[in-house]
Amino acid sequence: MNKTVLTIDDSRTMREMLNMALVQAGYRVIQAVDGVEGLEVLRAEGADVVITDINMPRMDGFGVIEGVRADPAHRATPILVLTTESDATKKERARAAGATGWIVKPFNPTKLVDAIRRVAA
Amino acid sequence: MDPFESIKATFFQECEELLTDMESGLLAMEQGDDDSETINAVFRAVHSVKGGAGAFGLEELIRFAHVFETVLDEMRSGKLHLTDEVAKVLLRASDVLADHVAAARSGGSVDEGRTVGMIADLQGLIDQDRAAELGLNDDGDSAAVEEDFGFVPVVLSLDEPATDAPEVDVAALMAAAAEPVEVDEAAAPADAAPAWRVTFRPKAEMYAKANEAALVLRELARLGDVEVALDASAVPPLDQLSAEQAYLTWTIRLSGDKSEAEVREVFEFVEDDCDLEVTREGEAAAEVAEPPLAADDDASASAVEAAAAAPLDLDALLARVSAPAAEPATPAAPAPAPIAAAPPPAAPPPAQDPASMDVAGLIALAEKASQDHAQTQSAPAKAEPKADQKAEARAAAGPATAATPTIRVDLDRVDRLINAVGELVIQQAMLSQRVFESGLARSSDVALGLEDLELLTREIQDSVMAIRAQPVKSVFQRMPRLVREVADMVGKKVRLVMDGENTEVDKTVIERLSDPITHMLRNAIDHGLETPDEREAGGKGIEGTVRLAALHRGGRIVIEVADDGRGINRPRVRGIAVSKGLIAEDAVLSDDEIDNLIFLPGFSTADVVSDISGRGVGMDVVKRSIQALGGRISITSEPGKGSKFSMSLPLTLAVLDGMVVSAADQTLVAPLSNIVESLTPRAEDVHLIGGRDAVICIRDTFVPLIDVGVALGFRDTPLPPASGVAVLVESEGGGKAALLVEAIQGQRQVVIKSLEANYQHIHGVAAATILGDGRVALILDVDALVTTSRRKAPRIEKRMAV
Repeated sequence: MNKTVLTIDDSRTMREMLNMALVQAGYRVIQAVDGVEGLEVLRAEGADVVITDINMPRMDGFGVIEGVRADPAHRATPILVLTTESDATKKERARAAGATGWIVKPFNPTKLVDAIRRVAA
Repeated sequence: MDPFESIKATFFQECEELLTDMESGLLAMEQGDDDSETINAVFRAVHSVKGGAGAFGLEELIRFAHVFETVLDEMRSGKLHLTDEVAKVLLRASDVLADHVAAARSGGSVDEGRTVGMIADLQGLIDQDRAAELGLNDDGDSAAVEEDFGFVPVVLSLDEPATDAPEVDVAALMAAAAEPVEVDEAAAPADAAPAWRVTFRPKAEMYAKANEAALVLRELARLGDVEVALDASAVPPLDQLSAEQAYLTWTIRLSGDKSEAEVREVFEFVEDDCDLEVTREGEAAAEVAEPPLAADDDASASAVEAAAAAPLDLDALLARVSAPAAEPATPAAPAPAPIAAAPPPAAPPPAQDPASMDVAGLIALAEKASQDHAQTQSAPAKAEPKADQKAEARAAAGPATAATPTIRVDLDRVDRLINAVGELVIQQAMLSQRVFESGLARSSDVALGLEDLELLTREIQDSVMAIRAQPVKSVFQRMPRLVREVADMVGKKVRLVMDGENTEVDKTVIERLSDPITHMLRNAIDHGLETPDEREAGGKGIEGTVRLAALHRGGRIVIEVADDGRGINRPRVRGIAVSKGLIAEDAVLSDDEIDNLIFLPGFSTADVVSDISGRGVGMDVVKRSIQALGGRISITSEPGKGSKFSMSLPLTLAVLDGMVVSAADQTLVAPLSNIVESLTPRAEDVHLIGGRDAVICIRDTFVPLIDVGVALGFRDTPLPPASGVAVLVESEGGGKAALLVEAIQGQRQVVIKSLEANYQHIHGVAAATILGDGRVALILDVDALVTTSRRKAPRIEKRMAV
C-alpha cells in the first residue's frame, strides 16, 4: 500500500501543486477543500499524513489539528501545516494544537517530500 | 501541457473566482456588512492570490497583494474599522489587484503609478507607526524577498523516489545499533573526518504531536554514517511507567561533511520539543553554549496538558521490558540492544492508539512484544516490506480526489451530447410520424410506448440544455467595477443594484451578453444620470442608482438596465432624428417611438461623442449585437424620473423559435426574432421599380418585397404578390423588408444545424434544421436577404411624403 496523504486547502492551485508533487513522489493523494470536509474525508477514508492550510472557510487549520487529535484513530497521525515564513505566530499556534511539522509556502517538491518523510514512516 | 503550466492556468482561473468572491465581499462591506466571516473571506481571497503568486514568483503581484492583505489582516484583528471610506479604498485596491493578476497572466505590466498610489492609499488606512511595525513602508519588499524562492518543479524519478532511500537506512541504522557503540572519544575514528555528536532527548510533547524519534534518526542517517546509542536508563519500572511520558535519550555520532545547520534542520519540527545538543566531535557538550536548545519549560508545561500518545517511546519501552527475556543483559548498563526496537520496523498496531490501553493491556502487549522483539532482532530486514510498499506506490500513483458538488466538463463534450440529443429528438419525431402513418391505433401499445418516449425525449432535451445553462452572475459580477470606473471618470456618484444574478441562460448567450450590458451601463451613467449638482438641484439624492436585473419571461431571458436619471429628452431626440434625416420633420410619433429612435443607425445624443458610453458607437450597435443573438431591445423612459432599457434574448442558441413557411414547394424557417408582422399584400400596394424590383407599401412606408423562392433560386418567375403572404422582417442592421412566401405553416421551435459544417455556406441561408417528417428545412438568413435587396435598391425605403 502506498502512503495516503490528505491535503486540505481551499485554494485549488495549492491542492493541485501538492497533488502533482506528491503523486510524483509516489504517494496516494486525497483532497478536501476546507477543514470540515477534511475531517470528514479523514474519518471516511483515513490517511497516513495530513497536510492542511491554515486560512480556510468553515473550519481553519487549527480546527483541523484539534479535530484530528481529538479523534482516537488519528491521535498519532502526523499533521503538517502549510504556513508562510511570516506566520510565526500561526506556526506556534499550530504546534501548540498538536501539529507535527510545517511546510513553508511556497514550497518545492523536494522540501515537501522531505517534510513528509520526516514525519511519516 | 506540462503540469506546471497547467497548474499555473488553474491558478489564474482560481484567481478569477477569488477576485469575484473578494469583490462581492467588499461590496457587502461597502453596504456596511462588517461581519467577521465576510472580512475573513475577503482576506482569504487575497491571501490565496498571494500564496499562488508566491509559488510562481510573480513579484509585482505578491508585493501588492501583501500590502492589501496586511491591511485586511488589520481589519480582521479589529485594529482597523470598516468605514465607507475604507470600503471604497479596498474596492479600488481590488481593482488594482485584478489588474495585477491580468498583467501577470498576460505577461504584461501594470500602471506603476496607479499601483504606487494605491499602496499609499492602503497604507494611509493604517496608523503610520503601525505600518512601520508591519514593515509596510518599504513597499512590501520584505514580503517579496522573504518569499522569494519560487516553486521549482523538480521531476522526481518515479523509479527511485526520494522516499526510498530511508528504508535502506533503517536497516543500516538497526545494524549499527545492534552492536554496542562506544560513545566516548577514545572510540572515535582516528581519521580527521569531521563528526558530530548529537544528543537527542525527546519530551513527551514531541510524541503528542505525532513526531517519531525513529523518523528523526532515520533522517539523520541520511546525512552520513551514524552510530547510535540509546540511553534507556530513565525508564521506570513497568508499574510506574506512563504511556504518555518520554524516557529515552539517544546519542548519535554522525560522520560526514555536513554543516551544523544541516544537522539541526533534521530536528526542525522537534527542536522545541526535545533537548538537543549538537557538538563537534571532541568538544564537550557543556563547552558549547546552546541555551536556545535547552528545555523550554513553558513549552513542556503546556505540552503536558496536551499530552497524548507516545507511540515510539512505548515501542522502545516494550522492547526494553522484553529485553531481559530475550537476553540476560545487565539492566543497569544503558543497554544498546533495545535500540534495534527503537525505530520499530513496522509500527505495531497498538501504537495507533496507545492512550486507550490500560495497564493490563500494556503488560499483555509487552509479553507479545518480547516475542516479536526476538524476531526483530534476528531479522532486522523486517523493514524490507516497506520498500515494496513504495514500489506499489509508484505503480498506483493516481490521485483520489474527494467528491465535490460540481465537475468541470469540456464544452465540446456537452456540445456533442446536445447534438446527439438533437438527433434523438428528430429521430423520435420521425418515428412518431411513421407510426402514425402506418395506421396503428393511438391506443396501440406501440403508440403508447412512443408517447412515453416522446415525454422522455423532451425531458432529456431540457436537461441537456440545462447543462449549458449558467447563471448570468459571471457577467454581472464584472459590472460593479465598470460602474465605479465610469462614475469616477464622469464625476458622478452611482450606486449599482443588481438583481437576478442567478438567472440562468445558455453559456454561448452569456458570453455575448457582456458587451451589450457594458454599453447600456455606460450609457446609463454617462447620459442617463445627472451630475451630483444637477441631482441636488432637482431634489434627488446626489447618488444616482443604476439597476441591473435579469429575469426569465416567456421562455426568454430579459436583462434590464434602469437608471433614476433625467430620462430621455424627447424634443432633443426628435430634433436630432429630424436633422439627421432619420424621420420626416412632421412625422407623428408616440413618446415610445421617439424614445426608440436612439436605436436608429447613426443616432447619437451626446453632443460630443464621449469616450465613455460611446467610444464612437451608438445604441444602434447595441441593438444590432442583440439582434444577432436573436434578441430584442427597447427603452422606456419617463422625463425626470429615469430610463429603462430592456433586452430579451433566447435562452439558448442551439434551438430557435421560427416561423415555418413554404416557398416554391420548399419548407423554410424564418427566425421569429426577425419577424415584425405578416400580412396579405394587396396588388395595389405593390409597385415595381425599374420594371423588376418590387416594393410594397406598408402603412405609408415602402419596403423591398423579396420573393424568397426567386431569391434562393428555387424558381425564376416571381409569385404574384396577391397570391402569397408577406412577412415583414427587420434585419440586425435595422433594415426592413417583406419576404414574399406562399404560405405560413406555423410557429415551431427548431434545432439549429450548421450548414457550413455539413455542406457549405449558401447566401441567404443561415442554417438548416430537420423537421418532424424528416425533411430538411433551411433557416433563412434574414440579414443577408435584406442587405442584398437594399443594395439593389438603395434608396427604396423612404418615408412617403404625407
